[in-house]
Amino acid sequence: MRRVPVSVSSSRVIYDALKAGGVRLVSALPETWLVHLIRMAEDDPDMTLVRLAKEEEGVGISAGAHLAGVKSAMLMQNHGFLASINGIVSCAQLYRIPLLMLISYRGEFGERDPWQTEGGGVTEDLLRALRIPFSYLDDPSHVARRLHKAQTLAQSANRPVALLLCRDLMWEE
Amino acid sequence: MRRADALAAIYPQLEHAVVVTIMGAVAAELQAIGHRPNFFYLQHAMGLASSMGLGIALARPEKQVIVFDGDGSILMNLGGFTTLARYRPRNLVHVVFDNESLLSVGGFPTATSTGSDLAGIAAAAGVPRTATVRTLDEFTHAFADALRAGDLTTIVAKVEAVGPSAFVTDLALLENRFEFQKWLRQR
Repeated sequence: MRRVPVSVSSSRVIYDALKAGGVRLVSALPETWLVHLIRMAEDDPDMTLVRLAKEEEGVGISAGAHLAGVKSAMLMQNHGFLASINGIVSCAQLYRIPLLMLISYRGEFGERDPWQTEGGGVTEDLLRALRIPFSYLDDPSHVARRLHKAQTLAQSANRPVALLLCRDLMWEE
Repeated sequence: MRRADALAAIYPQLEHAVVVTIMGAVAAELQAIGHRPNFFYLQHAMGLASSMGLGIALARPEKQVIVFDGDGSILMNLGGFTTLARYRPRNLVHVVFDNESLLSVGGFPTATSTGSDLAGIAAAAGVPRTATVRTLDEFTHAFADALRAGDLTTIVAKVEAVGPSAFVTDLALLENRFEFQKWLRQR
C-alpha cells in the first residue's frame, strides 16, 4: 500500500477519546485520513467496526444502536457526509438521534487533490444549513475535550453533531 | 397475497421481537392490526430500515430483530445487502414486501416489475438464507423457518399492490421513537 503521512499519534488521541466517551460501535467507510482510526477500531476486541458500502447506511446503524443503548460514532470523509444527508435529516434529525459524526475535512487550505476541493468548499455551509453544531479538531491538545463536549451536546439535545478532522491534525507534512 | 394478510398471519410471532418497518403502507397496516411498544416505524429515510435493523441486531445480539422492508426502499440501499451479509447478524430476519411499485406515491412500477430479483441480489451479496414467496402459506412457513434457523434471512414476499386508504396514523413519530427506545433498553 502507498505510504501516506497520516498522523498515527493524532489518530490515537482521537480513538482514545472515542473510547473514553463510551463509544462501542464505529461505522466507517475508508478514506486516506481515516486509515489508522479504522485499524485501531479493527484491532480493538471491545469495538464493533461496521464497514459500510455507503456512508448513509451508518446513520441507520447508529440510530439502531442508539435506541438499543449503545454509543456509536461515524467515521467518514466530508463527501460521505454529503452522501448521507437524507439519512441525517429524515432519520437522525426527524427521530432525534444523537449522531456523533467525525468527518475528515478534505478540500480545505493545503489540499492538493483537485477532486476534493468542491466538497471542501461546501462542507461548513451544509452543516450550518442543517443546523448541525460542529467544531474543528485541528490540534491534538483539544481533541479529548472537544469530543467530550460534542458528545455531551449530542446526548442532551438528541441531535447530530459533527467534528471536522482537519489537515493540521491528520496530515504530517 | 396481500401484505396486510401476511402481517396478520405472523403477528403473534412479533410479540417479543424487535420490529422495524419502513414508511407508508407497511407502517399503517401493522398499526391497524395493533401497535406494540416493540414496533418502530421509520417513517422516512427510505432504505435505512435494514440498516437500523443491523444496528439493533449488532447492539443486542440476544434479541430477535425483524425488519419489514419494501422493494422501493431496499432498491435505494442495495449496498446495504452487502453490509448485512458481511456482519451476518444471526438474529435478523429481513422481510421485503415486493409489490413491484412505489404504491404510496401513485403506484409507479419499480425495477422488480421488469425482473430485478431482490432475493437473487441478496443471495449474491452473501445473505446466507433467501427465499421468494408468493402465497400466504409459503410466507408463513418461510418466516417460521427463518426464526427457527437462527441465521440472517431475507424473505422476498411478492404482494399485491394494494394498501390502506391513508398512511398517517394517530401515533406521533417521536412518541413511537421514545417508547420503542424505552422498551428496547429495558429488555
